[in-house]
Amino acid sequence: MSKVIKLKQGLDINLTGKAEKTLFSKTGKVSEFSLKPSDFPTLKPHLEIKAGDTVKAGSVLFTDKNQPDICFCSPVSGTVSEIRRAERRRITDVIIKSDGKDEYEKFDVQGFEKKSAAELKQIVLKSGVWPYIIQRPFGIVADAKTTPKAVYISCFDSAPLAVDYQFSLRDDVADFQTGINVIKKIAEAPVYLGLDAKNNADIFMGVTGVEINKFDGPHPAGNAGVQIHHICPINKGETVWTLDPQAVVILGRLFNKGIYDANKTIAIAGSGVKNPAYVKTIANSAVATFVNGNLAEGEQRIISGNVLSGTQITADGYLGFYDNQITVIPEGKEYEFMGWAAPGLGKFSFSHTFLSWLTPNKQYALNTNMHGEKRAYVVTGTFEKLVPMDILPLQLIKAILAENIELMENLGIYEIIPEDFALCEFADTSKTDIQAIVRKGLDLMVAETR
Amino acid sequence: MKKLREYLDKIKPNFEEGGKHPGLKSTFEAFESFLFVPNTVTPSKGAHIRDSVDLKRTITVVIIALLPALFFGMWNVGNMHYAAFGHPDEGFFSKFFYGLGQVLPIIVVSYVSGLFLEFLFAQVRKEQVNEGFLATGLLIPMIVPVDVPLWMVAIATMFAVLIGKEVFGGTGMNIVNPALLARAFLFFAYPSKMSGDKVWIAGLENPSETEKIVDGFSGATPLADLAANATPRYSVSDMFFGTIPGAIGETSTLCILIGAAILIFTNIASWKIMLSAVIGALLMGGIYNVFGSNTDVYMQLPCWEHLILGGFAFGVVFMATDPVTSAQTETGKWIYGFMIGVMALLVRVINPAFPEGVMLAILLMNVFAPLIDHMVIQANIKRRLKRAEAIK
Repeated sequence: MSKVIKLKQGLDINLTGKAEKTLFSKTGKVSEFSLKPSDFPTLKPHLEIKAGDTVKAGSVLFTDKNQPDICFCSPVSGTVSEIRRAERRRITDVIIKSDGKDEYEKFDVQGFEKKSAAELKQIVLKSGVWPYIIQRPFGIVADAKTTPKAVYISCFDSAPLAVDYQFSLRDDVADFQTGINVIKKIAEAPVYLGLDAKNNADIFMGVTGVEINKFDGPHPAGNAGVQIHHICPINKGETVWTLDPQAVVILGRLFNKGIYDANKTIAIAGSGVKNPAYVKTIANSAVATFVNGNLAEGEQRIISGNVLSGTQITADGYLGFYDNQITVIPEGKEYEFMGWAAPGLGKFSFSHTFLSWLTPNKQYALNTNMHGEKRAYVVTGTFEKLVPMDILPLQLIKAILAENIELMENLGIYEIIPEDFALCEFADTSKTDIQAIVRKGLDLMVAETR
Repeated sequence: MKKLREYLDKIKPNFEEGGKHPGLKSTFEAFESFLFVPNTVTPSKGAHIRDSVDLKRTITVVIIALLPALFFGMWNVGNMHYAAFGHPDEGFFSKFFYGLGQVLPIIVVSYVSGLFLEFLFAQVRKEQVNEGFLATGLLIPMIVPVDVPLWMVAIATMFAVLIGKEVFGGTGMNIVNPALLARAFLFFAYPSKMSGDKVWIAGLENPSETEKIVDGFSGATPLADLAANATPRYSVSDMFFGTIPGAIGETSTLCILIGAAILIFTNIASWKIMLSAVIGALLMGGIYNVFGSNTDVYMQLPCWEHLILGGFAFGVVFMATDPVTSAQTETGKWIYGFMIGVMALLVRVINPAFPEGVMLAILLMNVFAPLIDHMVIQANIKRRLKRAEAIK
């Protein structure tokens, strides 16, 4: 029987430019793809190909020096056209030019229902699907050598303008079920689904072999981290794996079809696009086809992911490995005369310091301006209202800044990844980059444990 | 506005490293960001949108919340002055402008002396000037007697900024509330100027030759009366509306409540601290009422009257809630506020040396706040460990 867990803390930021639930079909075929090592924190890439090589979808592009078993594979067939590097020869992109033939590496999945957990794991590792499994603590690609105490899948994204899986995965429930069966066997642990309590006709409701819980509350109610905290909290020495529903579908296809099929339906949203809608594409695809000619007037910022924790890309950039949406919002590079003193009817704020509290249902087209300068932490009590977990956010952030590992552990760094503190970063009066601080703390913990 | 922006952009290079006045970089930036919210944008990874609120806005709201009490205080300075010298029927505006004339110099001295040090330290540290002092600089004039010599205000303000704040690293790092520290400094360094019956009313100590104090008029505050074991000479409604002698901003409970409503509604000050302080005071006052000596007027004062007396309301609303020096955990705020209420009345009633205890109670709890937070954090850690054991 499923429980409904009510969460009070959090904030829904009502932005304009929600993706219409229609498929935007006029886009041309994408020809360029890029796998970015920077999408995988703590990864040390070891290249398995060189520029000019021909690859199929599912051919290994690079592996992780820390865990050589884990393969990072090409999403399409074609040629490796370029390996881009930044300072100190750090690899930023492995670019694949698609040949349009859709050729796939074939994996032996015949009778997978009867295969052992170890055999299934090998297929997932080889095919390039493994990196979709993220582990907590640390928010990194799951360690293939350990087994988790649970697998957790949040089936809804509560972030502003987020993709609606009810629409984007409406035809993929069968693959989703296969994915669940496989991950359950590999993990040898219970699988939990978190559903949106507001939705009574959830497409994932009929999924079997899982424990289903429902969550009711503002963002971040849809974050896996928040849900795990209430269902199966992570303590020191424990691991929980998480996947997003799109990743479960890709895992399911691997076993239903025997190929790494990274097709996905993504949302193009935000006040900076003319036609916010959904498009069909493949993981890691170039975004030019979707944004060129589709941007509003003025300088726009293109984000792979959502406005709270996504990554800025350029119009000739690529969709991030884990991202299921592209968000475009206006840049805010303007000075504002005495902005801090204005009555602020149109200024969105979690605090009630602007008159915008008079219109709580108003939709905003927020831009990227910081609205102030960095300061020492002064205001207290705000973060606690945005993190629906029994965690002391400000104290944890300070422990990370002080690099006090023991205190970080004690205050619950195992349970969070940067996105869980994204709203704190949004609402912070002192304008600090809290998610970067959390990531730094997690990286420090990984370095300590390796 | 565009002209002004262009002018600022033109003179900006003068204040950069290698420009004409690199030593004034912090000063220039402070004025620039006062005039224009900067054009900086969010980093390429993380939250791409940010809340409109910043520290400038937060401090602005605190100042707005202080204004009712400040304006009332100015009027009351005139009101008390004319009452003392036998012209109680002077008009509203003449009372207000008399008070303005008395209070404004104190505000100016407080801001100038404090901001001078703030700008100096920011420049030496190559940091930006922090807005915190804009609130402190207004709080200090509101908690001193109107007849305080201006040079004392200057010394106390500089002491508070230097020893109370900058030695710890500036706004956000300090342990005790700087405004209260300034008040405590004055109280202990110049006790004769900070207490007694005359300092609370403008001109009472050194009346000009043309003026004559009304026969039998005393500037004693209700607290002084109580400390002398006498019933206060003012009615409860006087004390609530604030037509009594006292520090400039502290007398009107009504105006302070308006400020409290603003601070609570805007989520800037913690209602938990205010409420728990009131509970603590009522409890302590109640204990006095029940167990105190029947001949002791102070002990038998109805416990709720303590809330509208002296600096209690002002201290609890504007001083105890300073987020930097109060407890920072939500549970800690309950304990911290409660202890302030209890300690304020303990010092007020039991201690014979000080008729008022709010200032000392808050300063004391400022020092204990980190300890309270430590206890709350340890409790959270224990809960976490217990959860781990329960599963095993």
